[in-house]
Amino acid sequence: MKIGRREFLKASVALGGGLALEFSFPLAARAGAGLPPVEVNAWVVIHPDDRVVVRIARSEMGQGTYTALAQLVAEELDCDWARVSSEFASPNEHIRRKRIWGSMSTGGSQGVRSSQDYVRRAGAAARVMLINAAAARWKVPAAECAAERGVISHGPSRRRLRYGEVAAEAAKLEPPKDVVLRDPKDWKIAGKPMHRFDIPDKVMGKPVFAVDVVLPGMLHASLAQCPVFGGRLKSVDAATAEKMRGVKKVVREADFVAVIADSWWRADQALKALKIEWDAGANGGASTASIMAMLRDGLADPKLPQARKLGDAGAALAAAAKVIEAEYSSPYLNHATMEPQTCTAWLKPEGFLEVWTATQNGEASLAAAAETAGLPPEKVEVHKMMLGGGFGRRGGPQDFVRQGVMIAKAMPGTPVKMMWSRAEDMQHGFYRPASVVRMKAGVDAAGNLVALQTRIACPSILKVLMPDALNKEGIDFSAVRTFSDMPYTVPHQQVDYAMRNGHVPVGFWRAPGQQNAFYRECFIDELAIAAGRDPLEYRLAMLKPGDKNRLVLEAAAKAAGWGTPLPAGVHRGLAVADGFGSFAAMVAEVSVSARGEVKVRRIVVAIDSGYVVNPDTCRAQAESNVVFGLGSILYQENTVKDGRITESNFHDFRLPQMSEMPRVETLLVPSGGFWGGHGEPAILPLTPAVCNAIFAATGKRIRSLPLTHHDLSRA
Amino acid sequence: MLTLNVNGKLHQVDVEPDMPLLWVLRDHLGLPGTKYGCGVGVCGSCTVQVDGAAVRSCAMPASAAAGRKVVTIEGLGKGGVHRLQQAWIEHEVPQCGYCQTGMIMSAAALLEKKPDPTDAEIDQALSNLCRCGSYSRVREAIHAVAGQPPSADAAKKG
Repeated sequence: MKIGRREFLKASVALGGGLALEFSFPLAARAGAGLPPVEVNAWVVIHPDDRVVVRIARSEMGQGTYTALAQLVAEELDCDWARVSSEFASPNEHIRRKRIWGSMSTGGSQGVRSSQDYVRRAGAAARVMLINAAAARWKVPAAECAAERGVISHGPSRRRLRYGEVAAEAAKLEPPKDVVLRDPKDWKIAGKPMHRFDIPDKVMGKPVFAVDVVLPGMLHASLAQCPVFGGRLKSVDAATAEKMRGVKKVVREADFVAVIADSWWRADQALKALKIEWDAGANGGASTASIMAMLRDGLADPKLPQARKLGDAGAALAAAAKVIEAEYSSPYLNHATMEPQTCTAWLKPEGFLEVWTATQNGEASLAAAAETAGLPPEKVEVHKMMLGGGFGRRGGPQDFVRQGVMIAKAMPGTPVKMMWSRAEDMQHGFYRPASVVRMKAGVDAAGNLVALQTRIACPSILKVLMPDALNKEGIDFSAVRTFSDMPYTVPHQQVDYAMRNGHVPVGFWRAPGQQNAFYRECFIDELAIAAGRDPLEYRLAMLKPGDKNRLVLEAAAKAAGWGTPLPAGVHRGLAVADGFGSFAAMVAEVSVSARGEVKVRRIVVAIDSGYVVNPDTCRAQAESNVVFGLGSILYQENTVKDGRITESNFHDFRLPQMSEMPRVETLLVPSGGFWGGHGEPAILPLTPAVCNAIFAATGKRIRSLPLTHHDLSRA
Repeated sequence: MLTLNVNGKLHQVDVEPDMPLLWVLRDHLGLPGTKYGCGVGVCGSCTVQVDGAAVRSCAMPASAAAGRKVVTIEGLGKGGVHRLQQAWIEHEVPQCGYCQTGMIMSAAALLEKKPDPTDAEIDQALSNLCRCGSYSRVREAIHAVAGQPPSADAAKKG
């Protein structure tokens, strides 16, 4: 722990009166009796004692952006890293200052890569302003001055000033029109494995999460939503519940019922005592089988829009020496964040709404809260808390914020903390879409792939969450990726997309579209095996020299010892895919017991993200992607019966345990010249690498998941 | 009224005897470091120590904790930073961090019984679930402090 950070934490907790809402208190209050801190620009705040606070617009869910962006700002500012901390930018202030912090959206592995340019410029601009302020005070040309580690010096006169001494004057200066950014090879703070700012509080059990918020006179709410998506509330008999201890109110809305009580458990107990009748609506008969039939029906549609067309796949297939076909599929998947969806809302008498929530987009939360409350956005503040997991659940959909505000509206003047039970969370997600894909490959006499026709039937996430982002043919890039932008040099390619939506809400689940990497990279493996060729060599033969997919593939294969002997019973598989700005290749080592139990023993992953801002955090993200994806390979699925999700908790939607964690060796191979993400890319090659290794071990080709549907035992 | 001994302090709480210990800690005693994850004793986010043993507090009625010594993450370091917490910081174990307090409480109970556990013993004792994938770093951090004398527990005040 760094001294500066520690002091800062202590101060903020003390001032928070145990609430530890360190992000919600104005800076002036935190500075105590001394002089107030100075905002040099929107990103950089400097205290008279040289502490630097960097404002962070993106959310923190364990991916490290809260620290990595501060590293980039501090690098350009050239201050003492030991005196740097972060705070979240206020969404309310963001709106009032005309979106001064850019995007608050935290998804698509964009936290660093899509902010890096403007946050570095902000750091560099602040440095120039500090130098100019010192030069003005000394009445010397700024060109004779330099700044390093928080100190400005004037060489000729050997005078020195600390940033904290000139920050107030610097803030009054005109920002520089243009700044020169450091070459990453000269980085001293960025690119280094700095300790994450958010970890000490999390380890000490400090109340940093949205579920930890405590406010004066606060009440608690638990809710029940219509179990069938799209259904409505018909009636509620609350006679028993209303008499239960601690219960304050039963809130009836169109598609949910909530109980407000003086503790969450009491609210939840009363919720269970409600007699609720739901109107399932049109979807009460839907099942996994009916959804799969809907998707397969999409595959048979003769008039589908094309997401890619190169050459003439139809003619090339007809002329091919051999045609190989396969159908692959994947189920719906819940994000299952460890912290269930939650929102605390407080409608204040003066017509101001305050919200505390775990959000991947503070601005979207603010908009949803304002709309629900019927208030102008300027009259709403969203306090961004640390997220107990995000993975895409808490960005696009702001259902939990709307519900929290609706509940608070039933109790004006009183803060109410709403938290979903695990069962609500499991059954009311925005699921990774289920999908079915049929691939048809035409190969020449040597087994080379000359034509690939792919038909994809998949619900559209964009249709649900961002309809404007669909292209003019109605194609959702997240449903067709990895095929529509395939790097393999196959002369004839055709990708057809059948949008079939069903009634189950779908959303951005870590690396949206990642199931396509499973389909493509396992099918490529099938083609290599059919041609009697090595899967690595087969892929390399289809990748242009210099293609970064090729470089990561070679790096991973070399580090894993591809082609070298393995211990008895251990088998390898590999895969490569690009996405979210980066390139990732993986070799998985797997063993399958006689009883058919799969053990993933070792994962070697090579990632090229162009630049690396915090190598330790990037490695942690690779480990995270492996475990997150492993559960979806081994046993996770969300099934539908009578229109509702069947699974309800971690007993029937299992997460991998400690004993299942493979050894993960991460090779960061940044080649420079571009900025890629780390939150998602490593999950892309995981499923195909593991399933290809299972094939090597058993001769059984896995074309659908999870593995619980497959018998891998040796009879 | 129940009397609970939490982190060395006695508390009188006016709660139903079947209210799970988790909710007494979170909503009545102001100790939010212990987390709700599943409510059915599976995930371990709510792990505390009761008489030295790791217990899922969401599945233990408050009345069952009466008269026993309950320790939560807030009390683990006895006012300072427990050596496991220090190791967790040094090894950058948490990602989102939500499950980590439960993970640390399980690890602390394990080290009381087995000061230098093997990977297999760690795997067996820590059935806590982590969605982010901190597992290999959890093992690393436990090994880093294993074998250290328990007197190191409250050595680092902070």
